Amino acid sequence: MAEKEATRAAYGRKLAELGEKYDFYVLDADLSGSTQTAVFAKKYPERFFNAGIAEGNMISVAAGIAASGVPAFASSFAMFACGRAFEQIRNSVAYPNLPVKICASHAGITVGEDGATHQFCEDMAIMRALPNMTVVCPADSASTEALLEEIVNYDGPVYMRLGRYAVPQFYEKGEREFKLGKGIVLADGSDVTIVATGIMVAAAMEARELLAAEGINAAVIDIHTIKPLDVELIKEYAEKTGNIVTTEEHSVIGGLGDAVISALAETACAKVVKHGIDDVFGTSAPAGVLLEHYKLNATGIVEKVKKLLNK
Amino acid sequence: MEKKTVLMLKERAAKIRMHSVEAVYGAKSGHPGGSLSIADVITYLYFHKMNVDPANPKMENRDRFVLSKGHCCPALYAALAEKGYFDVSELKKLRKLGAMLQGHPDMKGIPGIDMSTGSLGQGFSTACGMAAVAKRKGYDWRVYTALGDGEIEEGQVWEAAMFANQYKLNNLIAFIDCNGYQIDGAVEDVMNPHPVDEKFRAFGWFVTVIDGHDFEAIDNAVTEAINSGKPAAIVCKTVKGKGVSFMENNYTWHGKAPKDDEYAIAAKELNDAWEKAAEDVKNG
Repeated sequence: MAEKEATRAAYGRKLAELGEKYDFYVLDADLSGSTQTAVFAKKYPERFFNAGIAEGNMISVAAGIAASGVPAFASSFAMFACGRAFEQIRNSVAYPNLPVKICASHAGITVGEDGATHQFCEDMAIMRALPNMTVVCPADSASTEALLEEIVNYDGPVYMRLGRYAVPQFYEKGEREFKLGKGIVLADGSDVTIVATGIMVAAAMEARELLAAEGINAAVIDIHTIKPLDVELIKEYAEKTGNIVTTEEHSVIGGLGDAVISALAETACAKVVKHGIDDVFGTSAPAGVLLEHYKLNATGIVEKVKKLLNK
Repeated sequence: MEKKTVLMLKERAAKIRMHSVEAVYGAKSGHPGGSLSIADVITYLYFHKMNVDPANPKMENRDRFVLSKGHCCPALYAALAEKGYFDVSELKKLRKLGAMLQGHPDMKGIPGIDMSTGSLGQGFSTACGMAAVAKRKGYDWRVYTALGDGEIEEGQVWEAAMFANQYKLNNLIAFIDCNGYQIDGAVEDVMNPHPVDEKFRAFGWFVTVIDGHDFEAIDNAVTEAINSGKPAAIVCKTVKGKGVSFMENNYTWHGKAPKDDEYAIAAKELNDAWEKAAEDVKNG
C-alpha cells in the first residue's frame, strides 16, 4: 500500500499531466499552492488564470471561457468555490450546462485547525440540488486521477470534492475502472452494506474487518459519484443485505446518506442509517483528532452498523 | 459614420423599441424601461458593428455580445429577430409557457444569445472569460457587454473590472447604460454608483462618456475604445423608457408591463417614431 496522500495532491499532479493531452484552462483564486493547481500553472502558464481573491468572478469567468468552447477548471477551497460562489455556479454554469469543472479542495471537517469557517460540510448537499450538475467525491489518489480524466472527457458541469488531509491509499493505479455514476463494490457481504464516499471509503473497509471479527458480514461500496447516483447498484445491495449504513465526511443532511435514502424511498426494501457530521459546525483541531472527535472512523461506522442490526 | 447609416440605425432602433414594448405588453410582465434605454447600443452592435451571421449563430470567429443586464432582453430579442436569427412572431410568446424566449437570456435555447444572463454582475465576468480566451488564443473577435448603472452596485462587477485590467483584456468593451434609475428609485438615492467614469478609470480601464442615444457618438467611442489598448468602458448617458413619453425617466417602469390603455399610447408613439424614421431613410 502506498503512503498516505491528500486527494488535492493527486488532483494537482494529474491536472498537469492531462494538460498535455487535452485543451482546457485552469483558474484559481489565490490558493493555487493549497489546491495544487500551481503544478499546472507552472507547466502551462498561458493556460492558467489566477483570479485573485474573487471566487464569484472566477466561476463566471470560467463559464465565459467554457462558453467560448474550451473547458475550464476552477479551484479554491470548497467553502469559497462552492459556498461563496454558489449563485455563480447555479446561473453561469449549471443553467447553461457549460463544461466548467469546479474542483474544490479543503472540503469537509479535515481542513482541521482553520476551524468551522473553513470546514465546509454542506457542499455536496448544495451541489447535488443543482440540475445538470455532476458531483464527485474520490476516496484516494488513484481514484482522483482516474475520475479526473473522466471529468475532462465529460461535456458538462462537475463539482469534484477534494481534501487537504493525507489519507490511506488502497486503490492500485489502473486496478479498477472508474466511470462517472458507477459505484464500485469493494467487498461483498450479506448482513449489511456500508455505502461510503471520499475518505470514508478506507474507514468503511476497516470497519468491515472489525465487524467480521464479530460475525457480521458487511459489503462495502465506494460511491465516488454522488450525482448521478448509481441507483441500480444501491437497490441491488439494499435488497441483498436489507440494511445500509451510509458514511461520509459531510453533513448527514443532503449528502450521500440522503441521496441513498431518496433512491430507496419508493422501494422501502432496506433500513438505512446515516453516518456523517450531525448538523453541527466543526471546530479547530488537527484533522486526525477531528476524525476521532466526530467518530468519522471505523469505530464510528461499526457503532452505526451494530445499532442498525440491534447488536 | 455616414448619414444614411445613421438614418438606417435610427429606423432599426425605432422598430426594436416597438417590438420591445409589444413583447412586454404581450407577456404582461418584463422590463421596458431599461430595454428602451439600451436599444440604441444594441441596434448599433447588431446592425452596424459586430461580425455576426444569423444563419450561423455559433460562427467561431463571431464577435460576442453579453447582455449583463439580462432583464433588458426584450430589446436584444427584438434585435435578434429583426436581424433574422428567428421569426419575429416569437416575440409575442415572450415569457409564456413553452416559449423559446425566456424571461432572461438563455444561450441553450435561443439562437444568437452568447451567454445566459440575468443575475446581475455575472454576465460581465463571463464576458471577461470570453475575452480572455480570445486573447490567449490569438483570436481577433471582440467581446461587447452591456451593464446597467444599478447593476454596477454588485461587487462582482468590480472583481471583473480588476480581472480585465490584470489580464489586459483590450478586446473587451463594456457599455454602462446610465439611465439613472433602478427598481427602487434613482440610483443616487438607492446606492450611488457615481462617479462611474472615475471608478472604471481607477480600475485601469479606458473610459469615455457619451450620449447613449447618439449613433455617431457610440461609433466614435467604440473606435476610441478599440484604439485605447485597454479594456474599455463606454459610459452611456441614456433616458430610461426612451421613446415612450410616460415611461421616460420614470423608475416605476423599470419592471412592469403597460396596461391596455397605456399600451395603446405607447404603441402609437413608438409607431409614429418608426414611421418618421422609415420616411427619413427613404428620403435619405
